[in-house]
Amino acid sequence: MRRRRKSRRRIPAKYMLWSLSVLCIIAMFASFLFDVPFTPLNTAAGYAFIPMQKGINQIGSWAGGVKDNLAKLADVMAENEQLQAQVDELTTELSIYKMEQYDIEDMRKLLDLDEQYKYEKIGASIIGKDAGNWFDTFIIDKGSKDGIEVDMNVIAGSGLVGIVTNVGPNFANVRSIIDDRNSVSAMVLTTSDKCFVNGDLEMMSEKQVIGFTDLSDEKNKAAIGDQVVTSYTSSKYVPGLLIGQINELNTDANNLTKSGTITPAVDFEHIKHVLVILDKKQSVQSAQN
Amino acid sequence: MRRKLTVFLIIFVCFLLQTTLFQALAFASIAPNLLIVVVSSFGFMRGRKEGMYIGFFTGLVFDAFYGTIFGFYALVYMYAGYCNGMFRKFFFPDDIKLPMLLISVSDIVYNVAVYILKFMFRGQFHFGYYLLHVIIPELVYTVLIMIVLYPVLLKINQKLEAVEKRSGIKFV
Repeated sequence: MRRRRKSRRRIPAKYMLWSLSVLCIIAMFASFLFDVPFTPLNTAAGYAFIPMQKGINQIGSWAGGVKDNLAKLADVMAENEQLQAQVDELTTELSIYKMEQYDIEDMRKLLDLDEQYKYEKIGASIIGKDAGNWFDTFIIDKGSKDGIEVDMNVIAGSGLVGIVTNVGPNFANVRSIIDDRNSVSAMVLTTSDKCFVNGDLEMMSEKQVIGFTDLSDEKNKAAIGDQVVTSYTSSKYVPGLLIGQINELNTDANNLTKSGTITPAVDFEHIKHVLVILDKKQSVQSAQN
Repeated sequence: MRRKLTVFLIIFVCFLLQTTLFQALAFASIAPNLLIVVVSSFGFMRGRKEGMYIGFFTGLVFDAFYGTIFGFYALVYMYAGYCNGMFRKFFFPDDIKLPMLLISVSDIVYNVAVYILKFMFRGQFHFGYYLLHVIIPELVYTVLIMIVLYPVLLKINQKLEAVEKRSGIKFV
């Protein structure tokens, strides 16, 4: 009796498959066209997975660290001696720079430039990477509770790492600039010429570089080794963040623009901690207006 | 209930391992795909319906963290589970050849689906490159991991089935 009732209520697998497929497709369209946030699910997933992820990631980075460390120990010993000598040298140099620093600060005050590059930042640790091999995204351990929002810029050291694409209460997903889907409006620092920097899986895994296109360098002044930073016209990235250095420079077939590759300033294989810039481009602009 | 909880735990653990430990132990920045092993194993061990639900749930977890287009991974994993479920008739626990073949095919199909929907539509047409540098390395690594992971999943499933059988006899 019990068994029969159960079997009557059961919906055939085929119909379930169709209805779930339709559900998925509706969800895809909803998030693609209307940008519907799926916050409850993010929240639930965040609380279930993030605490464990933090723990296991430490084991993971420890294991990965051991793997790397053993190979590098000998190199490091030799390097250490070299570096010690360099430290002494640099200490003397530093004192000279410090003196100059005071001069620069005075001048900056005069020019009122100081405020422009001072963004409010928050530190975060990377606790998980993208589970597939196609994309370069990662999860950090700070979320909306710490004031992180979608479209905030993420840096490490002095270089641009990426942009926040998805936020839960206690985690955020960051898409890095080397991700194949990513594109940044940038400019060459020396000439202020604009270009677009596009992440590329193929270039990145082949030569550890990312591509740039549409550089309009009329005076032919851009050169290999020039620094590329985020431009003032970017809609999502705050200006002046270092992306990397030009590695290769070619004139396009149209003879008007140039394209080439950039070596990123950040070592994406080994980043563990990042800084999230809490000032978004929009709020930076409205503050300036 | 016991089964649902166990399956949830397995997905939970595999997701965590895949995003943390195996990313750190990646060879040439290629990590194995544990979740496809879990989804397709339960597919051919338990049939279409359960494979479908497990795939859907796994994809949902994936979407919650990494999905830019929500529902995409749920859809892909769901079909992976469902299609593997169609091979339940041919599945024998002692034979590892069929699981190996099914998991390999699932992994390839999964990656080709990701390529088509997320790379080709954006104008990245170097399929040969992606095949050689992403799909095949991942396949090899996944199959290696599968040799270890699959017997564990099989044991867990057999334990669960034994328990279900016993409690079934008790109640009827």
